[in-house]
Amino acid sequence: MSQALEKLLADYALVTAFALVGGLMVLSYFISGKFTGRRIHGSAIAIFLGLVLAYLGGVATEGDHGLADIPALAGIGLMGGAMIRDLAIVSTAMGVSWRELREAGPGGLVALLLGVAISFFIGAVIGYLGGYRDAVSLATIGGGAATYIVGPVTGTALGASSEVIALSVAAGLVKSVLVMTATPFVARRIGLDNPRSAMVFGGLLGTTSGVAGGLAATDPKLVPYGAMTATFYTGIGCLVGPSIVYFVLRALV
Amino acid sequence: MAIYGTALLSLCLLAGLIAGRLLGMLLGLDSNVGGVGIAMLLLIWGSERLRRLGKFPPASEQGVLFWSSIYIPVTVAMAASQNVRAAVQGGGIAIAAGVLSVAACFLLVPVVSRIGKPGPPRTTHPESSTP
Repeated sequence: MSQALEKLLADYALVTAFALVGGLMVLSYFISGKFTGRRIHGSAIAIFLGLVLAYLGGVATEGDHGLADIPALAGIGLMGGAMIRDLAIVSTAMGVSWRELREAGPGGLVALLLGVAISFFIGAVIGYLGGYRDAVSLATIGGGAATYIVGPVTGTALGASSEVIALSVAAGLVKSVLVMTATPFVARRIGLDNPRSAMVFGGLLGTTSGVAGGLAATDPKLVPYGAMTATFYTGIGCLVGPSIVYFVLRALV
Repeated sequence: MAIYGTALLSLCLLAGLIAGRLLGMLLGLDSNVGGVGIAMLLLIWGSERLRRLGKFPPASEQGVLFWSSIYIPVTVAMAASQNVRAAVQGGGIAIAAGVLSVAACFLLVPVVSRIGKPGPPRTTHPESSTP
C-alpha cells in the first residue's frame, strides 16, 4: 500500500509539491500569527522551514538536493527549480512603472543603486573571509546579502554550487527577518518618519517582505512609499549580479 | 485569455535568457549574463505597451498575476531543494552577510535621505509632504 502511494506521489510529482508547499504556507502563517503576532511575516517563516526541511532531507538521503532527493517529493525540485522560479520572478515585474521611480526622485535612485552595490560588496567580503575564493561563489553570496532571490538567480546564471546557493538564500532570509523586526526600533534614529526617507529605506534595503513588514510595524502609512522603491531592487539585483558584479569580482580575485 | 498573459511572460523570459546567453558568449563566459533581469525589463515594457494599445485586458493579466502570486511558495520550494546539509557549516557567513548588510543600509538611510531634498527639513507629518 505504502509503495503504491509512494509511486502515485512520485508520478504526480509537481502536484505533490504544490500540496506540500501549500501545507507549509498554512503552517507558516499560523506560526506567524500565533507566536510572533505577525511581526515575522509568514513568508519568511516558510522559507526558513524550507531550509530546515532541505537539511533534514539531506541528512536522511545524503543527497545534494535537500527534500527533492526523497523520491516521492522530487516535485519540490521541479517547483523550485530554475524554470518555474525564473518565470515567477519575472512575473513580479509586471505592474512596476517607471513613473513611480521618477517620483521617488534622485534620492530613491541613489538609494537603489547604493543599496544593491553595498549588499553585494558586504556579502562578497564576508564570503571571502569565510573561505570562498571564486568569483562565482562570491557574487552568489553577495546576491544573497541583497535578497534571497537575487542570490539564487545570480548563482544559477553563473553555475554556483547548491551549497553556495543555500547560503545565499539563508543570508537573504536573515536580512529579511532582521529588517522586519529591527526597523521599528531604529526608525526614529535613522529619521524614518516621512515618505521621502521611507522611499530611500525601501531602495537601500530592498527586501520587499522585510521592507513592508518593517514599515508596517513602524508606521503603516509609510508602507506604500517603501514598497515603491523596493519593487525595483530585486530586478536591478538580478540584472547586475550575474553581469557587472561578477565581472568586477572576477577582476579582483 | 489567461494563456495570453502567460505566453507573454514566457516569451519575455525566453528572450531575456537568450539575450543573456548571447551576452555571455560575446564576453567569452559560460554563463547567463543578467538574463532574468533583462526579461523583467522586457515584461515591464511589453505589458505597458500592450496595455496602452488596449490589447492587454484584465483576463490576460491574470495569466501573469497567477505566477507572481505563487512567487513566495516557489521560493520556499527552491529553499527546500538546496544542499543545506553542506551549507550548514557556513551558516556564520549567511548570518554575518545578512546582519552587516542590514546594518550598513540602516546607517545610510539618513545620509541618502538628504539627497535631492528641497528646502528646509521636513516635519513628521507624512501627509503634508505629498501632493
